[in-house]
Amino acid sequence: MAVIFERTKGLTEVETHYCPGCTHGIIHRLVGEAMVELGILDNAIGVAPVGCSVFAYEYFNCDMHEAAHGRAPAVATGIKRVHPDNFVFTYQGDGDLASIGTAEIVHAAHRGEKISTIFVNNAIYGMTGGQMAPTTLIGQKTTTSPQGRTVEHSGMPIRMSELLATIDGAKFVERVAVNTPGNIRKAKRAIIEAFKVQLEGKGFGIVEVLSTCPTNWGMTAPESMKWLADNMIPYYPLGNFRRPEEAE
Amino acid sequence: MAKGRVEFKEDICKGCELCTTVCPVDIIFMDKTRINKKGYHPATVVEMDKCIGCANCAMVCPDLVITVERF
Repeated sequence: MAVIFERTKGLTEVETHYCPGCTHGIIHRLVGEAMVELGILDNAIGVAPVGCSVFAYEYFNCDMHEAAHGRAPAVATGIKRVHPDNFVFTYQGDGDLASIGTAEIVHAAHRGEKISTIFVNNAIYGMTGGQMAPTTLIGQKTTTSPQGRTVEHSGMPIRMSELLATIDGAKFVERVAVNTPGNIRKAKRAIIEAFKVQLEGKGFGIVEVLSTCPTNWGMTAPESMKWLADNMIPYYPLGNFRRPEEAE
Repeated sequence: MAKGRVEFKEDICKGCELCTTVCPVDIIFMDKTRINKKGYHPATVVEMDKCIGCANCAMVCPDLVITVERF
C-alpha cells in the first residue's frame, strides 16, 4: 500500500474561499506541487492579484506579496531585481492580467523579467459578480452583456498567449486547460517547464490556464467543465506558443 | 487490475460533484442522506473494493479532499 496522492506541502492547510467546483483550487494545487517537486518552496516569493484569487497569499505555502489590481508583474519585477536568487511568480486572473494589468504584463515580458506568471482565464470577472471581461466569448452572457457579447460593441476576445508570444522577451508561453484529469496533468507539466525557464535564468515565462466559473456562468461544476471544452478551447487553442530555443 | 483506496476528508468537501464525473468505475456518489460542516452533501464511496487507484478524482478535486493509496 503506497500513498500516490495526498495534499501537497506547497499549500497551507487553510481551506479556500472559492465557490464549489471553481478550478482555482486545482491550479493552486498544481503550482504548489510544481514548487515542491522543483525544491523551490523555501526560496519562492509569489505575488497575489486582485480578483477571486486575491487571498492566494493565504493558500500558497511560500512567501507571498499582495499587489494592486493588475500590477503583480511590476511588483514581481521589483522583488526579482532585489532578490535575483529567489524564485518569483505571479498568479493572476483574466480581469487582472488581460484588462487593468495589460500594460504591466506586456512590459514585464518585453523587458524579459526573469519571473513566471500563472494566468487563470475563465472568461469573466468572478469576484465582482460576473461582468464581461476582455476574454469573454462572443455571445457569452454576463451581467454587463445580458444579451451576449457582440463584436460590434466590445470587439473580439483578447488572446493573451498569442499576443505575448510575439514579444522577444517572453521565452515560454503555453496555454493549457484544467477540464479533464488528462489536461490537468499536462497543465502541471507546462507549469514546471515555465518555472524551469526562470530557474535556468532564461527569462520570462507564462502559462495561461483555461478555467471555469460555475457560479457566474450559471452552471453546475460538471456542466462548466463541458462548456469550457465546447466553447473556450475552440477559441483559445491549447498548446505551446514559445520555448526558449525557439525564442532565440 | 490495480487496487486502490481513496479517503475523503468529508468536512472540507464543497459538493461540486466533479469527482463523480471522472471516476472510471463509477463508485463515487454524493451522499444525500448527510450534510457536512460546510452544509454540503459530501462525496463518498461505498464499494471501495472496486477502486483501481487511478487518482482521477483527486486530480480534479479543487479542494484537496481526497487521498489515494494504491496496492
